[in-house]
Amino acid sequence: MRPFAYQRATDVPSAVAAGTGQAMYLGGGTNLVDLMRLGVATPEVLVDVTRVPFDTIEETPGGGLLIGAGVRNSDLAAHPLVLRNYPMLAQAVVAGGSGQIRNMATVAGNLLQRTRCSYFQDITKPCNKRVPGSGCPAREGDHRNLAILGHSEACVATHPSDMAVPLAALGAVVNVESSGGPRAIPMPGFHRLPGDAPERDTLLRPGDLVTAVELPALPFAARSRYRKVRDRASFAFAVVSVAAALDVADGVVRDCRIALGGVAHVPWRAERAEAALRGAPATAEEFARAAEAELAQASPLPRNAFKVPLARNVLVRTLLDLTAREDLTAAGDTGETS
Amino acid sequence: MRVHIDVNGERLAADDVWEGESLLYVLRERLGLPGAKNACEQGECGSCTVYLDGLPVCACLVAAGQAEGREVVTVEGLASGDDLDQGLDEVQRAFVEAGAVQCGFCTPGLIVQAHSLIESTPQVPEDADIREALAGNLCRCTGYEKIIDAVRLAATRKAQNKAAQKKAPR
Repeated sequence: MRPFAYQRATDVPSAVAAGTGQAMYLGGGTNLVDLMRLGVATPEVLVDVTRVPFDTIEETPGGGLLIGAGVRNSDLAAHPLVLRNYPMLAQAVVAGGSGQIRNMATVAGNLLQRTRCSYFQDITKPCNKRVPGSGCPAREGDHRNLAILGHSEACVATHPSDMAVPLAALGAVVNVESSGGPRAIPMPGFHRLPGDAPERDTLLRPGDLVTAVELPALPFAARSRYRKVRDRASFAFAVVSVAAALDVADGVVRDCRIALGGVAHVPWRAERAEAALRGAPATAEEFARAAEAELAQASPLPRNAFKVPLARNVLVRTLLDLTAREDLTAAGDTGETS
Repeated sequence: MRVHIDVNGERLAADDVWEGESLLYVLRERLGLPGAKNACEQGECGSCTVYLDGLPVCACLVAAGQAEGREVVTVEGLASGDDLDQGLDEVQRAFVEAGAVQCGFCTPGLIVQAHSLIESTPQVPEDADIREALAGNLCRCTGYEKIIDAVRLAATRKAQNKAAQKKAPR
């Protein structure tokens, strides 16, 4: 590990003041400490923000939720208002990591975690995300778990977060503080497609500190679900995942929110599927048509082509679950698929 | 830097700690507590699991400075002595009795994680819940069956102990 200076911030202004130059913010550390040990992350200054008091979850006047950047994943997943109003978010969070990891990992850290592409994590290999211009061995090499949507010549990495998938579906807003003042960046759109600059995962600029994530009020999200397919029953990243909320009345889809995980450089908001579903009958045929509409734009690589029908089927299955079952908001439903 | 940590109920200080050290390194190499084990150093295997402010975490992923002023309980802190009948926690005793230990490297982390599961669950947990709770702890020897047995045994005994305490006259 490269030597670095360690600073402890006690509030947002002192954190932002310390976060200049080659500094990085340290939340739970479950990804960053690992990346520093691997030599992938080499900050000159580590600004520990775990004592900054932004670890609360509050209802907003509009009926949404303001989730502090430092809220632990385990606290987020167990919060009564998250379980009641946004069950897909609670399900996604408990589908990620292990108990130990969720006890340390923070909301902002989860959003900002880096891809688990094996070439990115191995400093002996080229990687355009880690060393811009060095090349991408994943295109010709191991890309089974990598992107089928929105990738570029430069990068086929996927965003690894489960939590970010329902946040993208909900249109959560990321609150950011910086030396230039605060700003708010809506999801999807906070994360960016790789294009020719895959080293940039998000719209954040150096020194920016995520302070909170705001969830809009969305009453029909009380009927929502996160379904994750992975290579083993627990503690594995998504091969494909789906977060969906469905508002059905008299057998017709009035509104919906859908996002896919494990398929792109960003949590992928399925806008085409949503557009196909609004006003359509809530039937298996229409669900399949919507899924096809979304995945028609997929451009899989040779060894991850299976993800296209898998994503289609998981999306249809999730929508069927939402229309068939009455108990989906139950706290005990983790949305797991084994 | 100097780091102060409340470890197993005792305020300890470690000097000359490098910023890049983990809580696990400080516990094992500076404070003389080798119970938590150093294996994957990536949060994958759980053999370094300790309580940090009451919640089990992977000590290998906690930067030393993050632990300043925090409360840590390691597997050593669960026991009140070495006496197999008296001093060990129910979870530790159950691991011995159920044959849940082979090479033993994963055992301290599993015991802390299982201890947390049992303390946070009023009833005896279902096997599926035990498996999910232990998903972040890898064992290369046992195939997990005896470990599940041990957790079930410890949870059953703790539930019985609690029931007996309630019934006992004051």
